[in-house]
Amino acid sequence: MLKYTEDHEWLRADGDEIVVGITRHASEQLGDVVFIELPDTDREVAAGEEVVVIESVKAASDITAPVAGVITAVNADLADNPGVVNDDPMAAWFFRIRPAEGTELGDFMDEAAYQALIG
Amino acid sequence: MAEDLRRTALYDLHVARGARMVPFAGWAMPVHYPMGVLGEHLHCRAHAGLFDVSHMGQVLVRPRDGAIETAARALERLIPADVLGLAEGRQRYGLFTTETGGILDDLMFAHRGDHFLLVVNAACADRDIAHLRQLAEVEILPVSDRGLIALQGPEAAAVLAGLLPASAGMRFMDSRSLAWEGGELWISRSGYTGEDGFEISVPGARITEFAERLLDDPRVAPVGLGARDSLRLEAGMPLYGHDMDRDVTPAAAALGWSIPKLRRSGGARAGGFPGEAVILPELGHPSVLRRGLRPEGRAPIREGVEIFAEATAGAPVGTVSSGGFGPSVGGPVAMARLPAEIPDGTTLHAELRGRRLPVTVVPLPFITPSYKR
Repeated sequence: MLKYTEDHEWLRADGDEIVVGITRHASEQLGDVVFIELPDTDREVAAGEEVVVIESVKAASDITAPVAGVITAVNADLADNPGVVNDDPMAAWFFRIRPAEGTELGDFMDEAAYQALIG
Repeated sequence: MAEDLRRTALYDLHVARGARMVPFAGWAMPVHYPMGVLGEHLHCRAHAGLFDVSHMGQVLVRPRDGAIETAARALERLIPADVLGLAEGRQRYGLFTTETGGILDDLMFAHRGDHFLLVVNAACADRDIAHLRQLAEVEILPVSDRGLIALQGPEAAAVLAGLLPASAGMRFMDSRSLAWEGGELWISRSGYTGEDGFEISVPGARITEFAERLLDDPRVAPVGLGARDSLRLEAGMPLYGHDMDRDVTPAAAALGWSIPKLRRSGGARAGGFPGEAVILPELGHPSVLRRGLRPEGRAPIREGVEIFAEATAGAPVGTVSSGGFGPSVGGPVAMARLPAEIPDGTTLHAELRGRRLPVTVVPLPFITPSYKR
């Protein structure tokens, strides 16, 4: 089941990892994405740490780690085709993170709560 | 958005077409439409884009004695250009300079028979008008009942000829009055995209109807300020307040070309404008110069990013004044003021997020303009 952060990321639990992308709302706010810088795998990150840089035609912005953990994989295709984030944001995952022990995805918003947030 | 923003006569058209409106120089302006900045940019380069530039200042300069030469001579006291030699029905680019040799604004001026029409930047319009009013022998008349549309792109001429057949005969920088269904349009063949196109002053009461007629043509899409910026950046055109301002001389802004020989030292009408003592000696050999930069990779290098000669240490050699992603170039492009002696092709380094990325100094523009000379 998908969960959402207040930073407009979607989170999908997959085994003991979390797959992270950004929502359609976020991609529409960003505008056409032209550059994405992904983190190194095996990097240990704190919750809230900036891990991805997204540049759109308008501005630069970040994606932060939703939880503390270790980056286990990145979607290298995005670096070559950043426009996928606009075309199909729910398929355009950025990275997978293995959360530190004790992390509960249940703390994040569900679909209904996220829809209420973006109005 | 703040309620006190001014609205152009095309505001409702923008909103109806789904534009995202943003504050710009005190005006509510469309930054993009649902097509998006990238799509609008590429559409303009392939077909035709319609821009609302009604926020720009339109100002008439009329000689009090009725002699156009009087107005031309007066303007030459503020603009280091050949105003007197401009033929009727023609337009030129020029600069208002400051006493210290900087640039107060850049503008277009057109000879329209018994007066000049000036088009100035929105953010500078009030200051420009006050500046012009020091000229006693001319009347300065800001135009408040007209909007301004730019129609730009390789298909702009064919589109406009459908509504105004006489526009087809205009050359680059021609300026004409043409009648359209009872309204008088002031048209110049010019623009700010590097494409062929027109800038069209339309009575405010008719501008929505005129814009809709242009937009009825499937070759035309509305284009917002976002793509206007990426189009002009690729075309190597400077933007006031970014690539030039009161602290940048014409030579450093790479705008020395707008100052003709006869206004330079030894010319027939040399000097006689603000800042000449600083501006004239520097022409031809400025120490810093607006240059093009092509960053390696895809990361855009934006305004304010510092440029270094070395990959690791050292002091910056310049700062990016405009930069972003160039959709037609297919990669990032930027302009920066850099030491003039650095040769084209030199690799420098832009500091981005704590890392230095290689950038190459290149000649401007980044695309080949297609004006109809």
